[in-house]
Amino acid sequence: MATNMLKEKYSGKINTVTLGATKEQGGTRTSTVTVGGESTMPFLQFEGDMPLKPVVAMEIQDINPGWHPVLNQVYAEVMDCPVAWAKKCVEFGADMIYLKLAGAHPDNGDKSPEDCAKIVKDVLAAVGVPLIVVGCGEDEKDNAVLPVVAEAAAGENLLIGCAKQDNYKSVAAAAMVHKHKVLAASPLDINICKQLNILISELGLAADNVLIDPSTAALGYGIEYTYSILERGRLGALSGDKMLSQPVICQVGYEAWRAKEAVATEEDFPNWGNQADRAILWEAMTATGLLQGGAHVMVLRHPEAVRLVKKNAEELMVKAEI
Amino acid sequence: MALTGLDIFKQLPKTNCKDCGSPTCLAFAMAMANGKASLDMCPHATEAAKENLGAATAPPVRTVKVGVGEQEIVMGDETVLFRHDKTFYHPTAIAIQIPDTLSGAELDAKIEKVNGLVMDRVGQKIAIDMVAIVNASGDAATFKAAVEAVAAKANFALLLAADVAGLEAAVPAVAAKKPLLHAATAENWEKVVALAKANNCPVVVKGNGLDDTAALVEKVAAQYKELVIDFGNTQQAKTLAEMVNARRLAIKKKFRPFGYPMLACTIATDAKEEIVEAATYVAKYASIVCMKVDEKPLLLPLMAWRMNIYTDPQKPMTVESKNVYEIGAVGPDSPVYVCTNFALTYFAVEGEVVASKIPGYIVAVDTDGASVLTAWAAGKFVAEPIAEFVKNIGIMDKVNHNTIVIPGYVAIISGKLKEKSGYEVVVGPQEAAGIPAFAKARYPHLMK
Ligand code: B12
Ligand code: SF4
Repeated sequence: MATNMLKEKYSGKINTVTLGATKEQGGTRTSTVTVGGESTMPFLQFEGDMPLKPVVAMEIQDINPGWHPVLNQVYAEVMDCPVAWAKKCVEFGADMIYLKLAGAHPDNGDKSPEDCAKIVKDVLAAVGVPLIVVGCGEDEKDNAVLPVVAEAAAGENLLIGCAKQDNYKSVAAAAMVHKHKVLAASPLDINICKQLNILISELGLAADNVLIDPSTAALGYGIEYTYSILERGRLGALSGDKMLSQPVICQVGYEAWRAKEAVATEEDFPNWGNQADRAILWEAMTATGLLQGGAHVMVLRHPEAVRLVKKNAEELMVKAEI
Repeated sequence: MALTGLDIFKQLPKTNCKDCGSPTCLAFAMAMANGKASLDMCPHATEAAKENLGAATAPPVRTVKVGVGEQEIVMGDETVLFRHDKTFYHPTAIAIQIPDTLSGAELDAKIEKVNGLVMDRVGQKIAIDMVAIVNASGDAATFKAAVEAVAAKANFALLLAADVAGLEAAVPAVAAKKPLLHAATAENWEKVVALAKANNCPVVVKGNGLDDTAALVEKVAAQYKELVIDFGNTQQAKTLAEMVNARRLAIKKKFRPFGYPMLACTIATDAKEEIVEAATYVAKYASIVCMKVDEKPLLLPLMAWRMNIYTDPQKPMTVESKNVYEIGAVGPDSPVYVCTNFALTYFAVEGEVVASKIPGYIVAVDTDGASVLTAWAAGKFVAEPIAEFVKNIGIMDKVNHNTIVIPGYVAIISGKLKEKSGYEVVVGPQEAAGIPAFAKARYPHLMK
């Protein structure tokens, strides 16, 4: 160990949160995922613990979202069927599946809560990895859908969301009753992030039942704000703030794949070169950038981005001798 | 450790002659204590004062420059560990390697390719910064020839990576370009540093781990201070840990041996993996990343990451909101696009209006530099302020129609905006990238 070092001493640490439940634990998962537990800034194992590596959840939707052409090419055969889609993602190495119930949206098919619950059950039956389920984003509808989903998947220890400052009660309560974890989303404001965690804990949900998304922005489109909020939140947690100690999930794919640099064709932007390469790296770089800020769960879309992010996380997890 | 203004004042001539630009010696001392002035600005400081104050008031990370003129790169002079504490100042330089095993037409093609690593995004030119010529051949004469060929044609500052013989052969001929020499090691440092000093070039000091490197830097710095540190990357996590420790010691303890810019070479062999690896070093304190990848679509995301990490977190970049922006040969029937004065938002829109090939006006509502949805959420990009802004700026007097186009993300305000302003409010696409298709569909007769 070198003598010219400056180790920081921290009093706090990030909560450890497990997602998914096996048969013994009351669910049907064949694998579970545990994240968090760090007592240092990201990957600095010379001064503290980083017992668990960051993980990747791959995004699917209940209705064909008609994504970016580069993604459509990968998923063409499965995008109409969430079950097949989920299986494909597991083949690509997904540690978890992130299922967005987009079809519940009033403008998007207005699927009933029961139909949504059935899709969740079907996906659970098709894959063994833990599941993240998020609503369509329309508050009223989500309040109707998510409790039904939570009940149908009782015991599976889903990550379910999104709980927001002005709309957290129904999802948090349903998670508490049916033993799931809550995805708490706040709009790039550390005080709101903290406040929401306080509100959720006041409902009676222990702090290690929550993952936070402090708002993910894409590379080139505000990522620096996310990055700095992550660093500030992590420093807060390490100095003992329990209401900032939740592991972080970043909804990367949605943001990265709508960036101009991902969307512009090579024909229109010859000077930016091959579109697929740059789009995939836009997603991978958004994620690896945020890993440096301290993110735990990366929600991604493209299998090559998944490979790159996992590889990068693995390299960074090596306990280096310095 | 840090000296107070009073400590510094005691060492000054106390004549209040103003030659430093400050009204009094005390004011100057205060400015120095705050890092806003340096002792060399006082022409009357005694040698003793220089001795006493120099080290204590020097910035924690020394400024080192490579290259000359347009190609010059300024490194170092960073003052914080986290960008949210203030800002990071000098963006990581990206150096692309050229092995000296290339020659003739192959070398020329490579130089041309590397020279072409220049792109535009959101109204800014972004590019690599350095060309690293690597003595892969192991032969001094071959290296010299390659260095001269690259120096004659490359548009960027140079990094010369070779052993003593290679550097001694190549450096004198290109010294006027102020290349960065790589590297002084425990074995060769006396010769390499002498060469750097004689040719007035900055030099990389490459050690093996923290302690070894610190010891080597101390020896070198006693003779020459234009240097850059390389911990010799063999493992990403290790390099991250070393650079974090070095920068912490430099900033928090003013530990001199680590008070220099740092360089990291990527080790991944797959081009995409190299890019994500480099992201780590851009975030954590490298002043130079030296890499092999030379493909634009791969470098674009890395350059965007660098741009983001090095933006000033204290105030968003804005564009002037008093202007009506005229894109192309506008006329009275041109469309009017409404966006915010956040530079990123404005340039995203501007680029697409240009790409649409349909001339148009853009007005940038003063939202204090907030993006569309951020401003909407904060009540700055909603019906009343937009209506008032568009009216006051007089744009509608320049056109023969009554229509404004607003971003798709704020479709929700369109009814109220129409009511407040009396304009026809058209909801445009959500992403600016949709503007060309939108404009072509709506204004086909205006295509230029
Ligand atoms: C970075 C960011 C911030 C930064 C500010 C950055 C800035 N300079 O604006 C900070 C941290 C300060 C911030 C603060 C807040 N934020 Co904020 N922020 C973001 C974030 C992550 C990215 C925004 C961004 O920079 N986008 C990039 C720019 C270029 O996008 P844009 O302006 O929209 O432009 C694009 C399009 O709109 C289009 N376009 C633009 N103009 C035009 C014009 C026409 C005619 C057309 C056709 C198209 C078009 O082109 C551009 C490129 O495609 C988003 C979430 C996200 N991932 O997008 C949240 C977000 C916008 N923020 C949000 C909120 C709520 C806030 C706060 C109110 C939170 C709070 N209470 O503190 C504050 C408000 C601060 C204040 N009082 O001013 C919400 C908005 C609410 C909503 N829609 O539901 C969002 C969506 C996050 C969320 N998911 O909840 N934020
Ligand atoms: S130049 Fe030196 S002596 Fe003159 S006012 Fe400034 S600090 Fe004092």
